[in-house]
Amino acid sequence: MTQAGSAPAPDTVLRAGFDVGFTYTRMVGPVIGEFLAGLRDGQIKGIKGSQGRVICPPTEYDPQTAEECTEFVNLPETGTVETFNWVQQPRAKHLLQKPFAWALIRIDGADTSLLHMVDAGNEAKMKRGMKVKVRWAAERRGFITDIACFEPA
Amino acid sequence: MSEKIEMIECPVTLSYNFSAGAAPTRFLRGMKDGRLTGQRSPLTGKVIVPPRGACPESGLPTSEEVALPDTATVITFTIVYLPIPTSKLDPPFVVAKLVLDNSDQTFILLVSGCANEDVKIGMRVKAVWKDQSEWDYSMDNIAYFEPTGEPPVDIEALKTRRLAEARQYIEKKAGSK
Amino acid sequence: MREVAIIAYAQTPLVRDCGSKNDVELVMEVVHAVKKQLNFTNKDIDFFCSGSCDYLGGSAFAFVNALDALGAVPPINESHVEMDAAWALYEAWLKIQTGHANTALVYGFGKCSQGDLPDVLTLQLDPYYTQPLWPDSISLAALQAQALLDAGKITEADMARVVQQSRANAKAKPTAQLKGDFTVEQLLAEPKLVSPLRRHDCPPVTDGASAVILATREVAERFHKRNAYITGIDHRIESHQLGTRDLTDSLSTRLAAAGAGVAKGKVDIAELHAPFSHQSLLLKQALGLDDSTKINPSGGALAGNIMMSQGLSNFGEVAQRIIKGEANRGVAHATSGACLQQNLVAVLEGK
Repeated sequence: MTQAGSAPAPDTVLRAGFDVGFTYTRMVGPVIGEFLAGLRDGQIKGIKGSQGRVICPPTEYDPQTAEECTEFVNLPETGTVETFNWVQQPRAKHLLQKPFAWALIRIDGADTSLLHMVDAGNEAKMKRGMKVKVRWAAERRGFITDIACFEPA
Repeated sequence: MSEKIEMIECPVTLSYNFSAGAAPTRFLRGMKDGRLTGQRSPLTGKVIVPPRGACPESGLPTSEEVALPDTATVITFTIVYLPIPTSKLDPPFVVAKLVLDNSDQTFILLVSGCANEDVKIGMRVKAVWKDQSEWDYSMDNIAYFEPTGEPPVDIEALKTRRLAEARQYIEKKAGSK
Repeated sequence: MREVAIIAYAQTPLVRDCGSKNDVELVMEVVHAVKKQLNFTNKDIDFFCSGSCDYLGGSAFAFVNALDALGAVPPINESHVEMDAAWALYEAWLKIQTGHANTALVYGFGKCSQGDLPDVLTLQLDPYYTQPLWPDSISLAALQAQALLDAGKITEADMARVVQQSRANAKAKPTAQLKGDFTVEQLLAEPKLVSPLRRHDCPPVTDGASAVILATREVAERFHKRNAYITGIDHRIESHQLGTRDLTDSLSTRLAAAGAGVAKGKVDIAELHAPFSHQSLLLKQALGLDDSTKINPSGGALAGNIMMSQGLSNFGEVAQRIIKGEANRGVAHATSGACLQQNLVAVLEGK
C-alpha cells in the first residue's frame, strides 16, 4: 500500500548555504520583566502561585490552577539539581564551549525548577540532589544569561 | 537600579544548506550557461518558468524541457519608492511581473533601462545579462529587463493566443499517440 | 459520530538526505500515490490538510509552495497546521464529523537535511527563559531519560532493547532508514552522546513525506472489504514550562488515551511516535499497554523519523495492517514539543 518515489542521484545536487536571522525584540510583560530586572540586579525572584506554591522562574499563571500570579518573593542564589544530563561535546550554539551539564534546578524555596547549565568540570562531579549556586555574568542587562551558568556550591 | 525591563532583544540565527529540487536544478544549470528553460505541463500544455517540478494546476510532474528566448512582455508592474533593507538598489525602481515569450507563467523581475514612468503594461522587454564572468546557478545572472522598443502588446490577446497554443500542443500530442 | 476510515497510505523512502528533491517533489510522490491507489482525482477529495514546519528547511511559507503538488486549480478546500500532520488528520477528521466533507487527503513532509535539526527545534521553546540558552532537542530528551532512570522506571538495558526491536522490525520494511540485527550488549558498549543517551537512542535525521486519505463508511466500503476505522481520537498538551512538568510520566498521553478509549479492548499493535528510545517505554506505560501489544512493527521513529509527518505515518502503518488482516485493533500516536509535551492518541479498529 505504501511505496512511492525513487532514490536520488547525489551528483546532480545543487546546494547553497545561507543563514536565516530573526531579529525579534520581545515585550516581556510585568512578570517576566520583574524576574529579569532581578537578574540584572543580582537577585533571583520567584512568584507565589496557588496553595502556597512558589514558582521559579516566574510564570504569569499558576501552571496547575491557572490562577493569576502577582506576588514576588526574593530567593537565594542556590538550588538543588533535580535532573541533569552531560554534554561531552558541546554544539556550536551552546554557550559553554567545554563539557557541561544541563540541569533542572530547584532554587531554594521554590517548588518548580529552572533549566540552566552547570559548569561542573567533569561528569563525575554531577549528582542528582547536589547543591549548586549561580555564577553571575560579568555584565548583566536583564536576560536569562545574566546567570552565566550554575556551579557546584 | 529599579528601572523596569520591558523588552528584550533576542536575535536568533540558524544556518541552512539548501538543496535545489530536481526541476529547479535543471533550470539553474541552464542559467549558468546563459539559457532560459521552462517545463511543460503534461495536462495543460502550458510552459512553466521558473519550474518547481509540478504543474500548479494539476499537481502533475513537469519534465519536458522547453528552450525559451530571453524576451518577455510586462503583465503588470509597480514602482517601488521604499528603500528595501536587503536590496542594493536605490529607489525608485520598477518591479514587474513578466511572461517570457513562449511560456505561460509570470515571474517577478526588475525592469530598467528607461524612465520608470515609461513602463507600461504590455511593454516588450529583453533581458540584460551580467558579464558572463559573473554567471552562477542563479536568476541573478540577469541584471534586469529593458525595453526593446517594439510596440506594446495587448495582453488579453497574448493570453488567448498562448492558451490556444497550449491546447493545440495537447491535442497534437494526444492525436499522435 | 460519523465512521471515518483510513483508506489509502503512502510514504517516501526514508533517507538521510533526499538530495535534489524539493518539498513539491517530495509531496508529489505521496499525493499521487494515494490518489492512484483509489483512482481519485481532486474532484473526489473534499478537503486537503497538511502538516509541516518552515523552520526545517529554512524557507518561509514552504507549505504554500508545496500546494503545487496538489493541483489547486480550480481552487481546493485546504488547511495547514505548523506541526505534525497527525494534527492535520485530526482537523480533517473534524471536518468530516461536522458534515463539511466526506473524504480528505492529509499529508506531511519534512526536509530536515537542510538545517541543523536539534538547533531548529529550540525555536519551539519559551523565548524568554529557555531558548536563549540553546538547549537542543537531544539535550532535552536526555534530561527526561535521566529523570526516568533516576526514578527507577526504566534501565539502560530497557532502552537498548527498544532500539534492538526497532532495528529488527525495520528489516521487514525495505524503505526504512536504519535496520539490522544488534544485541543489547553491542548497543550498551557504544559511547554516550549526551548522557544518558547513546547515538542509537536518538532518531536519525530523515527527509521524507507521507500521505493518507480519510473517508466515510459509504466511500470506504467501495475500496476495502475490511476497513480501518478511527473509533476514538483525542489530544492533550502539558505546560510549556519544563520545570513545572513531571518528566517521569506522560500525563497528557494518559488523558488522551482515556479520551480515545484505548483501554476498551485488546490492542494488537501500536505505532508510537517515540523518536527517543526511552520515550517508547514511557508512552507504553502511559497508554496502559502490556507485552501483548506489538509495539512499532514498522520500526518506529528510530528507524526513520520524518519530522512533521511521523505521527501521520503511524496512522497509515496501523491502518494498512488492519486492512491486510494482520491486526484487528491498533493505537496510533503522535507527539509534539519538548519531552513529549503534547500527545495525540487514536484507536483504529477493523470492520
